[in-house]
Amino acid sequence: MNDPHAKEGMSLIVKTVTRWLKGFLLLYGAYIVLYGHLTPGGGFAGGVIVACAFILVFLACGAGIGHRTLGRLAASELDSAGALIFTAVGALGIALGGVFFRNFIRTPPEAHFRLLSSGVIPVCNIAIGLKVGTSLFMVLAILSAVHVAVKGGRRRMVRRREDKS
Amino acid sequence: MDNLTPMFVVIPLAAGFVIPMVSRRLRAASDVFGVLVMSALAVMAAAGARRGGVYAVGDWVSPQGIPLGIEMRLDGLAALLLIAVNAIGLAAVVFSVDYMRRYTSKLRYYSLFMFMVAGMNGVVLSGDFFNLFVFMEIAAIASYALVGFGCGHEELEASFKYLVLGSVASAFILIGVAIVYNMTGTLNMAHVATRLAGQPLGRPMVLALALFLCGFGLKAALVPFHAWLPDAHPSAPAPVSAMLSGVVIKALGIYVMARLLFNVFGAGAAALAVLRGMGALSMVAGVMLAIGQWDMKRLFAYHSISQIGYVALALGLGTPLGIAGGLFHMLNHSIFKSLLFLTAGAVEYATGTRDLKRLGGLRARMPVTAGTSFVASMSIAGIPPFNGFWSKLIIVLACVQAGRHGLALAAVAVSLLTLASFLKVQRYAFFEAAKGGTEHVREAPPLMALAMVLLALLCAGTSLLALTGIASPALIDRAAQALQAGVFGLP
Repeated sequence: MNDPHAKEGMSLIVKTVTRWLKGFLLLYGAYIVLYGHLTPGGGFAGGVIVACAFILVFLACGAGIGHRTLGRLAASELDSAGALIFTAVGALGIALGGVFFRNFIRTPPEAHFRLLSSGVIPVCNIAIGLKVGTSLFMVLAILSAVHVAVKGGRRRMVRRREDKS
Repeated sequence: MDNLTPMFVVIPLAAGFVIPMVSRRLRAASDVFGVLVMSALAVMAAAGARRGGVYAVGDWVSPQGIPLGIEMRLDGLAALLLIAVNAIGLAAVVFSVDYMRRYTSKLRYYSLFMFMVAGMNGVVLSGDFFNLFVFMEIAAIASYALVGFGCGHEELEASFKYLVLGSVASAFILIGVAIVYNMTGTLNMAHVATRLAGQPLGRPMVLALALFLCGFGLKAALVPFHAWLPDAHPSAPAPVSAMLSGVVIKALGIYVMARLLFNVFGAGAAALAVLRGMGALSMVAGVMLAIGQWDMKRLFAYHSISQIGYVALALGLGTPLGIAGGLFHMLNHSIFKSLLFLTAGAVEYATGTRDLKRLGGLRARMPVTAGTSFVASMSIAGIPPFNGFWSKLIIVLACVQAGRHGLALAAVAVSLLTLASFLKVQRYAFFEAAKGGTEHVREAPPLMALAMVLLALLCAGTSLLALTGIASPALIDRAAQALQAGVFGLP
């Protein structure tokens, strides 16, 4: 247990609870994303819950372990990937159906209300979930790493010391 | 349906996400990619100049003619704005290749730049209120970040001011959208227009219209709402200033105002009078504030307020000649004002200052910058044969034709004051003898010079449009027809 980040963050109780909770939070977020076309929720709501899991780790265990769970670079790549998947779904509508964002996955009527239904909507939901989950986490990570300092009456952007990524 | 239409939004949006992914591994990729994407968009905009039509995204069936899905509209006015946005964007991106070396994170810069372009193209093409709002926010948020890109004291303060005032404007617009939705039950512009046609606007719709005029007036920096512009535009990196003053205030401000007033709410006399009044006020106040400035970019920024005033004044006349003049001036202003900001950027790049009192003798040291800056200054001051002269001439003629001789006189007087303040710029920066300490000054790098020469040629080139007919220059005529056609969706 000679982890340099072990002393960061909140108390042992909070960290332990976080360790138990984060899996459930991720699972619930994934459920909201994947069932977005059937039940209330969807890509955005589920993405926010996914981001909450990472943000909880970030707050409870400190930025060091928080970034080990989801690095800023990885988050940035996933964020871009989410947006690109969404755009690709739209562009495939042109390629396969002739119109931007045309539904190109046809599901039979008897599949209604099953998990695999609603054409391209679940794919869009997953893309949005990926994008929202990672970018909300990045908002917190960047806000915690960079701040504006006033020095001699002038404002400057300053990076915090512990930010190494 | 014409699949060109959604591409104006999709390509820059996708590029904005691809650039940070690719260029982390390949440093030069962001430059090449940025220039390629903007070139493609500029070519597409030129190809779209003669096209038109409504594009239903997703091709959803509309029961009983009630539009369900997202609609994009490409008509003459949208095509004109697309050409302006993407041509200026191309020049700005070419300029950025060398200029942005001075800043730390080029890939973030290109990414934000692409989002700004995507947002503006989206605003111009959007056929419904809510997408208009969303695209406007994309463009606005990207430009807040770009204004603060230098991360220095002035940049952060200007960016924060712009953010706060821009958010107030967005809130006004969103409330306006909510009222329109509540009163008509639809967000599709053409559908709203048909619901509103043939009856006087009720009080709620008048409130919505007033909110739109305030909100988009703030985005266009018309005078009672102009406070953010003289800080925000000079603080941004030069190519971004060129985009902000050249096209952002038009695509997010003037364009939407014109679209809503003429095509949706059916140009009422009172609304036109408000637009005309704000325009005349901006025209006069902008130039008065500009003439005393010594910071080159700040001076140009105040002139943006003044020139936007011309456009609003001409559109507010509501006559065919006024509309043509206003749109022509909008196109011309986007070209010469972005050129002016690029030359100011080149001067700052070479000398490290944009204080006119400390500059001097640059005509011999930076011939390309001096030459292009001269062309742009003469264009904005309305000296023939450059484009500014023709559009100002049409605006003055339109004022006289509409019987508003006072406004015509004001337009001429403001033009003279503009000339005076640009002679000041030319004299102090370029013609006066060097004040020492300029021995190391060299001409801007070739790509920056190329972007400036390109825009200078456009300044001379667009004046040829006037030769195709003073009352309806080519390219402008289709845009003017789109506005004069009255409310959307009606024959």
